[in-house]
Amino acid sequence: MKILTCPLNGPRPVSEFFYWGEVRPMPDPAAASDDEWADYVFNRNGAPGVKREWWCHTPSNTWFIAERDTEKDLVLKTYFYPGEE
Amino acid sequence: MRLPASSGEWIDRSKPVEFSFEGRTFKGYAGDTVSSALWGADVRVLGRSFKYHRPRGVLSLANHDTNALHQWGDQPNVRADVTPLVAGMTLTAVNTFGGLADDKGRFLGKMARFLPVGFYYKAFHTRKLFPMWERMFRTMTGLGSVDLASAQHTTPKAYDFCDVLVIGAGPSGLSAALAAAAQGADVVVVDENAHAGGSATYQIGNDTSRRRLLAELLAKVAADACIRVVTATYAAGYYKDHWIPLVSADRMLKMRAGSVVVASGAFEQPAVFRNNDLPGIMLASAAQRLMYRYGVKPVSKAVVLVANADGYRAALDLLAQGVSVAAVVDLRPAAGSAEPQAKLLRQAGIEILPGSCIVEALPGADGLCAGARIATLQADGSPSAQIRDIACDGILLSVGWAPAANLLYQAGTRMRFDRAVEQFVPEALPDGVFACGRVNGVHELERRLADGTRAGSHAAASVGFGRASGAALPPEAECPSHPWPIVDHPDGKNFVDFDEDLQFKDFRNAVQEGFDNIELLKRFSTNGMGPSQGKHSNMNGLRILARLTGKEPQQVGTTTARPFYHPVPMAILAGRGFNPERRTPLASRHDALGARWMPAGAWQRPEFYQVAGKERLACIREEVAAVRKGVGLIDVGTLGKLEVIGPQAAEFLERVYTSNYANLKVGMTRYAVMCDESGVVIDDGVVARLAEDHFYFTTTTSGAATVYRELSRLNTLWRLDCGIVNHTGAFAAMNLAGPKSREVLATLTGLDLSAAAFPYLALREGEVAVSGGKIPARLMRVGFVGEWGYEIHVPASMGGALWDALMTAGKAHAIRPFGVEAQRLLRLEKGHIIIGQDTDGLTTPLEVGMGWAVKMTKPFFIGQRSLAAIAKKPHKQQLAGITFPVGYSGAVPLECNLVIDGGDIAGRVTSIAFSPSLERYIGLAFLRPDLAAIGTTVSIRLTDGAMVQAEVSATPFYDPDNLKQKEAA
Repeated sequence: MKILTCPLNGPRPVSEFFYWGEVRPMPDPAAASDDEWADYVFNRNGAPGVKREWWCHTPSNTWFIAERDTEKDLVLKTYFYPGEE
Repeated sequence: MRLPASSGEWIDRSKPVEFSFEGRTFKGYAGDTVSSALWGADVRVLGRSFKYHRPRGVLSLANHDTNALHQWGDQPNVRADVTPLVAGMTLTAVNTFGGLADDKGRFLGKMARFLPVGFYYKAFHTRKLFPMWERMFRTMTGLGSVDLASAQHTTPKAYDFCDVLVIGAGPSGLSAALAAAAQGADVVVVDENAHAGGSATYQIGNDTSRRRLLAELLAKVAADACIRVVTATYAAGYYKDHWIPLVSADRMLKMRAGSVVVASGAFEQPAVFRNNDLPGIMLASAAQRLMYRYGVKPVSKAVVLVANADGYRAALDLLAQGVSVAAVVDLRPAAGSAEPQAKLLRQAGIEILPGSCIVEALPGADGLCAGARIATLQADGSPSAQIRDIACDGILLSVGWAPAANLLYQAGTRMRFDRAVEQFVPEALPDGVFACGRVNGVHELERRLADGTRAGSHAAASVGFGRASGAALPPEAECPSHPWPIVDHPDGKNFVDFDEDLQFKDFRNAVQEGFDNIELLKRFSTNGMGPSQGKHSNMNGLRILARLTGKEPQQVGTTTARPFYHPVPMAILAGRGFNPERRTPLASRHDALGARWMPAGAWQRPEFYQVAGKERLACIREEVAAVRKGVGLIDVGTLGKLEVIGPQAAEFLERVYTSNYANLKVGMTRYAVMCDESGVVIDDGVVARLAEDHFYFTTTTSGAATVYRELSRLNTLWRLDCGIVNHTGAFAAMNLAGPKSREVLATLTGLDLSAAAFPYLALREGEVAVSGGKIPARLMRVGFVGEWGYEIHVPASMGGALWDALMTAGKAHAIRPFGVEAQRLLRLEKGHIIIGQDTDGLTTPLEVGMGWAVKMTKPFFIGQRSLAAIAKKPHKQQLAGITFPVGYSGAVPLECNLVIDGGDIAGRVTSIAFSPSLERYIGLAFLRPDLAAIGTTVSIRLTDGAMVQAEVSATPFYDPDNLKQKEAA
């Protein structure tokens, strides 16, 4: 099992974490066409590469961002949203 | 036959152990394995082969003697070569028809030419005959039998940590452990054998200095407080971030290591010649194990086939233990570095035949090995026609090694085929993974010690202990493995894979048919697919494929190594079941009242309360009647209970729920629906405003954890000035409902319960009197089950006292506790939907009559934009009430039965039940919108195909104007 580093609790086994998905900016609902909105709601990018993702350390309910290289199966860094402080 | 006792042997001759095999009683010793005890009792046939049912004996004694699989009571496929002998064991060989000695499956050997390689894929094209073939092969194949009545074995799981995990306690592994520990690391050494020492315990060559070296190594390890040695346990796989399951007879230990040293050694490999499977033919290392670990004489008179110095040492070991050696046959032209050993052998009068091979083993009348047919090798590597027979009762094979690199492959190591050692060696290791010893292509004993020291030092340094010292060793001076220990024979039966009875010609045929890629060849021929997973066959298979296709072994490559290294029993994998279960603070009250429990998400809730002598349905209907006519009490403490506090708390709720909450008055509650971004309903509850900047709200029982988690994420994203608190476990909650509820509550609280002071949908904070004093409570006048009622939330520790007080106060009105079934019925009568039961993963609020709760005029809520798009299109379905006539006595649909219109699916039933209050069946169904008008008759197809009619009806079914639950307007 993998180890993921929670910015609050340090390295923990990945079974303690919940994966939400990629960080994706929401388009302006008023400006987006139905098609643009549907693309945002339903389509995901599965191409391997470096992803910014929402993860939650569930026992402590801590949300943070993990940058993962899904091609090389590496966690590059983890930090609190929105910055990298 | 047993040898005289010797120092270092693993058996305890003072402890005889009796057991039976195939109906006969035998005696072994504590410390024996099943195979060593049987071989020591001169049993030569330990099992039958898988395909041709040929007799088989000892091959490796290293966990790949997969023809010696035994049934032990309810345990199938016990591996006799490594399973410790237990007193009273009753064993039979698997895969025989009518016993091991008279196996009726023997005739299959004669039918071999009708069972060509890949026949599974060729024989079963006729659909008509397939059932016959299937029956036949299910009988013929499969090994041990499963006892369905056997008791469940529950095994524990353990978890541990170490800085450096060393896999393999042979000379290189022990050296690695000492080096790592010397640099300060906490080291664990794991080995699958009963004792540490690896090959140093048996590859002795009658050389006392080797014995002394091992004794010193073991003493140093034992004296080192930083090293823990775990024996009789194997590393079953490699998982990310150095997570290694360590499996022993009764449990799995999940070891998280800082770094890993793989010192797993090598598997000695058989030579391929005709009849190389006769009992008495075994790997030289197996014979050495028999002698030095178990004090068993492997054979009486041996021919030793060698291609390395290990073989000459094995011959010396045989001589030292009183086995006569008929000849040493060396595949190479000269003894090379083994010249000193060869000299000793010659001095003892042993004939050495260099540049020769065994073309065939000769069976005796009993089917056991009775001789070896020897030929010299010609320049092209094939045997000459001049043969010579040598009588012997055993042939020992020492022609080469294959690295036990399974875990290295699993960890992602890039391997390269090294012609200097004729094996794959690590080329690029992943971070934190190290290899040493034979698996690293280092074979000579002194060099293995040095390689282990290097790997241990580097492994410790990689986790921050000391400085890495030592560099990779120069290549081995002499190749330990022969590149082609294979002799073709026109009559075949020269086995490459003993698990699957694959002969040399099977490979040729498979390649001829186009299966000339290693992965295809494996699957077509089944090479390496038997229980030993190619540990003795993959290397020779690869050599054959390389030669047949004119490629280098590097180009041919290996098949993928997957967990597990050895088969792990299901019971060990399963371990004990851990299903977390939550109970509310009132659980003991429910038990005392005869509750029948049911799961609801992670929670256990009372389904109903059992009244002595009454049927389940009668109990539920009585509970319903009590609520409708008097008063009932239900535990709703499983609801999610959250608070949001802060100046922007209202703004937060506006964004996550579909209704308006900014305009909710303090002291009032409002129903709340939550959607996801696609506009699908995902949760509902009630929002109460405690203060301008303070809301208390509930979620569904099963949604509590996920809703809280997602709201926390949204608040992280939005950075609104408010905080969310999860009080789900901190509060007890119960709903007091029924026409008499106000009277009951009035006896316990000073709050003004008049309709004017505490109106419908209001929230009041006040005190409730219980035995021993007054407790603070939040009371909400909600409809819930469609009667006058109060939902009361108190701190969890006070829940029991409140329940008791309400039950006592309600006695005068025959109060009844009611469970989930009654609640569902009461709520169905009111047409209330259950999220997840009456909705699915595509249901929008617009389709379930909740448009009133969706405020599209708000600036934003999650799902709003999608609902705006959806609203422009016609609905695909509409949730509607359905009823059956009063007195209807026909069959009734079940949930999920389909609504059919004109032969097409036009909807489905989502909920249905008999309403005692209305004396008829009522339900909810998704319907095509054109069928959803009230009064329409719809046809529903029952599970058995019969059709019934129901009428679309208005909801609520009961008290449509909601006069019972609220004061008249």
